[in-house]
Amino acid sequence: MAIESLRCKECGGEYPLDARYVCERCFGPLEVAYDYGDLDIAEVRRKIQAGPRSIWRYSDFLPFASAPRGSLTTGTTPLLRADRLAERLGLGEVYVKNDAANPTHSFKDRVVCVALAKAIELGFEVVACASTGNLANAVAAHAAHAGLESYVFIPADLEEQKVLATGIYGTNLVAVKGNYDDVNRLCTEISGEHPWAFVNVNLRPYYAEGSKTLAYEIAEQLAFTLPDRVVAPVASGSLFTKIGRGFAEWLELGLLDGELPTFNGAQAAGCSPVAQAFADGRDVCKPVRPHTIAKSLAIGNPADGPYALDLARSTGGGIDAVTDDEIRAGVRLLAETTGIFTETAGGVTIATLRKLAERGDIGVHERVVAVITGEGLKTLDIARETFERWEIEPSLDEFESERADRVPAGASR
Amino acid sequence: MAVTVKIPTQLRAVTDGEAEAEVDGGTVGEVLDALFDRYGDLRERICEDGELRRFVNVYVSGEDIRFTDGLETEVAEGSEVTILPAVAGG
Repeated sequence: MAIESLRCKECGGEYPLDARYVCERCFGPLEVAYDYGDLDIAEVRRKIQAGPRSIWRYSDFLPFASAPRGSLTTGTTPLLRADRLAERLGLGEVYVKNDAANPTHSFKDRVVCVALAKAIELGFEVVACASTGNLANAVAAHAAHAGLESYVFIPADLEEQKVLATGIYGTNLVAVKGNYDDVNRLCTEISGEHPWAFVNVNLRPYYAEGSKTLAYEIAEQLAFTLPDRVVAPVASGSLFTKIGRGFAEWLELGLLDGELPTFNGAQAAGCSPVAQAFADGRDVCKPVRPHTIAKSLAIGNPADGPYALDLARSTGGGIDAVTDDEIRAGVRLLAETTGIFTETAGGVTIATLRKLAERGDIGVHERVVAVITGEGLKTLDIARETFERWEIEPSLDEFESERADRVPAGASR
Repeated sequence: MAVTVKIPTQLRAVTDGEAEAEVDGGTVGEVLDALFDRYGDLRERICEDGELRRFVNVYVSGEDIRFTDGLETEVAEGSEVTILPAVAGG
């Protein structure tokens, strides 16, 4: 696949394929433009199926002339059919795309894999990022693997698990006294002053392409067919819109038949600028100051908000917001019906799925995919006090008596 | 009221390479107008129909002006106005 240029999503202005992210004419975001030419669909499909078990099996749709070598193996995460979850929600066919099954346990490995390969190709020696946590883990790990120096900027109040799982890789870990939007503003300024590859600033057009692989995998795992509906979290809106973009590209090329799934975005009520704009019928998001347990989604000033709104509206979907209690219940519901323990962002997605189901928005014959973007062990604190444990002496009698008190009569022997 | 405006790299082609400018103005709108008087090509890059384009962020001493009074936000003597692209992060 020939990659052509970087193209402005607002005005169509074209730029060379280097480290830039902003249209100089209108300040709009740049996106990688491809020339698909006359593609042999059967050949492309064969190539994908014979490809490596990683995101690089889709390298024809990523911004490289040939598949880069030597990255941490990322992608091809499980798509699990979740019948017990579906039953609890009164739905027909529900799948969970479990992206916690990545090297640093979140979907961020996908985008970082692509961004680092591009950073190396462009000759950068230092990589950096502004992160709500998962990206910090991924940049630190992939930089360590590639032997690149890294700088990782995080809000100072991040969950301890995410801080520890970043520092261990030997990065320059910078805790900024402020929220993510402050970190992001600082990194935007720093990126203008240092010759570094900021994966989600000056390399953002390439980085974002990595999220398309989630759509490709879902489609391939469904035997090259589309789901009817996708429920995915919205922070900056980049993941959400790029899943849409991935499906759209394959539809355009004839690798898939049908039409785009309905897209439902999931936000936490404590940080829901996109859900608020959706509810108000606005196409621009008003920034908010985040206050939620879903810290990985705590972006009050979402860069791709307008495009997330476009995708939700044009596919007949929506953007919903759920409370912190609903998020905890969502984490619990997924865990007890599928065996998957997700972080708070996954709780946001499952709580939104439940809300849509309870509202009657989802038809009983629909095939629904919920995108789980991260691992429960990274936000352990919210699991506390969601269950009771028995504390007993090592005595059979005490166990039996405790069990008789706790387990209803008629339960399994 | 003299304030310092910080210019992002993407706009320095129209500010003769300058990264900072000292201008006068009592509100963000007045500060930007003073800046546009000096660098004529700047206006259409970041404004459309008298409003900031949707992918432009402006901060007064680190505070996003959409949390305050937008272009009417008052700027004190010596404060710093920062213009940045909005498409980073996430």
